[in-house]
Amino acid sequence: MKVIKIDKKDWAGGLGKLSDAYRLFGPVKDKDVSDFKELAAGELPDFDFLNTNLSAKSAVFPQNEVMFEYSLDESQEDHHIMKEPEKDYSPRAVIGIRPCDAAAFLLVKRNFDTPEYKDPYWIRAYEASTFVGLACNDPGKTCFCTTAGCGPFHEDGLDVLIADAGDHFLAKAITEKGEALLQAAGWGAEADGGQIETMKKAAEAKISSTVSTDSLKDKVTTELYDASFWEDTAFACLNCGTCTYVCPTCWCFDIQDENYGKAGIRMRNWDSCMYPLFTIHGSGHNPRGTKTQRVRQRFMHKLKYYVDKYGAGIQCVGCGRCVRLCPVNIDIREVCEFMNSYDPAATTCKAA
Amino acid sequence: MQNPYWPYPVRIDNVITETEDKNLKTFKFIFLNPEDEEKFAYKAGQFAELSITGKGEIPIGIASSPTEKGFVMFTVNKVGLVSSFLHAMRPGDIMGIRGPLGNWYPWEKMEGKNVIIIGGGFAFTTLRSSIIYMLANRSKFKDIHVIYGARSPGMLLYRDELAEWEKRDDINMHITVDATDDPDWKYNVGFVPTITEQKAPPSDGETYAIICGPPIMIKFTQPVLDKLGYDNDHIIMSLENRMKCGIGICGRCNIGKEFVCKDGPVFTLGELNTTPKEY
Ligand SMILES: Cc1cc2nc3c(=O)[nH]c(=O)nc-3n(C[C@H](O)[C@H](O)[C@H](O)COP(=O)(O)OP(=O)(O)OC[C@H]3O[C@@H](n4cnc5c(N)ncnc54)[C@H](O)[C@@H]3O)c2cc1C
Ligand code: SF4
Ligand code: SF4
Ligand code: FES
Repeated sequence: MKVIKIDKKDWAGGLGKLSDAYRLFGPVKDKDVSDFKELAAGELPDFDFLNTNLSAKSAVFPQNEVMFEYSLDESQEDHHIMKEPEKDYSPRAVIGIRPCDAAAFLLVKRNFDTPEYKDPYWIRAYEASTFVGLACNDPGKTCFCTTAGCGPFHEDGLDVLIADAGDHFLAKAITEKGEALLQAAGWGAEADGGQIETMKKAAEAKISSTVSTDSLKDKVTTELYDASFWEDTAFACLNCGTCTYVCPTCWCFDIQDENYGKAGIRMRNWDSCMYPLFTIHGSGHNPRGTKTQRVRQRFMHKLKYYVDKYGAGIQCVGCGRCVRLCPVNIDIREVCEFMNSYDPAATTCKAA
Repeated sequence: MQNPYWPYPVRIDNVITETEDKNLKTFKFIFLNPEDEEKFAYKAGQFAELSITGKGEIPIGIASSPTEKGFVMFTVNKVGLVSSFLHAMRPGDIMGIRGPLGNWYPWEKMEGKNVIIIGGGFAFTTLRSSIIYMLANRSKFKDIHVIYGARSPGMLLYRDELAEWEKRDDINMHITVDATDDPDWKYNVGFVPTITEQKAPPSDGETYAIICGPPIMIKFTQPVLDKLGYDNDHIIMSLENRMKCGIGICGRCNIGKEFVCKDGPVFTLGELNTTPKEY
């Protein structure tokens, strides 16, 4: 598709036009960390970041979301009956999302949009969104996207890919949604697409961090589950949940009712497999009661169960957030190597 | 887009206290909109989320049978937040039901076969559904045996129905209690694994055993079934992991790559042997 040149002096004006047709979301700095927020009128996304602290998943899957409203007031005709609230699913554009976060939506979609059940909240927000990606000219040390099915100029999941070329941006329209957005912004000067290819090769060459995932699908689940390295892997884990919270491909949630006097809402909130309450039964029994069991669940889900369930690679896009932000330096790249190279025969005691 | 989180509104029609410790109550519900009852078409072995507005939802096995029309029925143990609140609710109160959810006992495969049902404690709810269903379709099955045990006579669920089934000659009932000082007790005394050893028919190679109960009962009944010639693909179990969404989306109830809420709760022992034992 077309590549458009956007002079940086035309950037703010174009975004201004877009804000008539779209709700705009973008990375903004709060003290020294960047995160995705809905942009206020006239506010510009701040592109001076390696990657945001939290992923962009909240643009589609907010940390807290109202599912239903209800009344407990028995004088109301529809008391105790759940009602879906009105929500704003008008077009929204996520400006400056990294390619890994956009690719993550495609992985997560397999969970929320299934043949049997459709999660209406996620799907409506996703369909309302146009993703304008910001290519990574200088990937970070912990980025391993190129071996996690993704890359610094990866296009899957994006509608537009923007690359920063100094005094101008190059914008590649990837989908019709993307083309419509470029048009709405009034950006139309066609440019030569070759430069993006050159920049892409240069960026990919800068990535030194990798994972091997080729053998994961052939491992026997129960053998990998019983591997001896889990205890050691989990040893320092605090079960703080940071890794799951910042991850673009973690989707687990809890459902809670909250009452205010005689009215209330049923809402969902991000949850984490790192917390014991995630799985504890009413009886007190907990199938994942120890931290080793919970750490194992996180890695097994991402690197084995997901791989087996969908046959479409790992549930990780290599954004490196969990590696950078884990307080005790637990590193998914290392665990992935353990798992991918695990050989039960080599670790059992050879007594005979 | 149909919202799979939306509970059908229902009215509590009737509440029965089942056990002498008053911890188990059976609730009969009637759908406020009759067309919702049709949408709620279920099979024995499935469950639903009971939605108590303002408190939350709990996954509970459907105790009524698809052959019983006009209502749905659940038997609930008083455990924590939601189940305790439900226990304090009364006929006429409005709440919600979401489902049916999960898979069911393999009725298609069990047709034309002998079936033995083994239940312990209050995990007899979907087994009641199954028995009523089989009796209403009696010609579809060969011999039916039921082994059901509780701590004491007063802890057995559905006592009137048990007594009726005892009188029939097309179903072999083996009711048992751990112990009793009731001189009028006419049935067995002993733990479920022991009674299974004494009363269960050996497998003819195709007999299905459905087994639901506390982990300790399952642990000791399994070797008995092995001895009686039941292979792992003919032993059917139902799991109870903590749940929220009930539709395989919220991520908490998995055993390996299977979600107990969506791919289960019914699994064969053979299937369970290939997954991590996180239940
Ligand atoms: C498929 C299935 C069928 C079941 N059938 C029955 C039945 O027929 N009768 C019966 O009495 N109980 C049944 N249970 C167990 C029942 O769901 C729990 O006892 C109940 O959820 C406890 O909720 P609570 O709010 O009272 O307890 P709390 O401990 O306050 O629990 C808070 C929340 O955690 C979740 N939760 C807690 N324990 C469990 C659990 N064991 N299983 C699933 N979710 C849990 C629920 O969402 C619950 O609302 C079944 C469970 C499953 C998964
Ligand atoms: S961020 Fe690190 S310490 Fe915290 S739960 Fe995840 S692995 Fe454990
Ligand atoms: S697991 Fe870690 S590296 Fe992979 S997508 Fe999640 S946060 Fe990024
Ligand atoms: S209860 Fe949500 S995935 Fe099973």
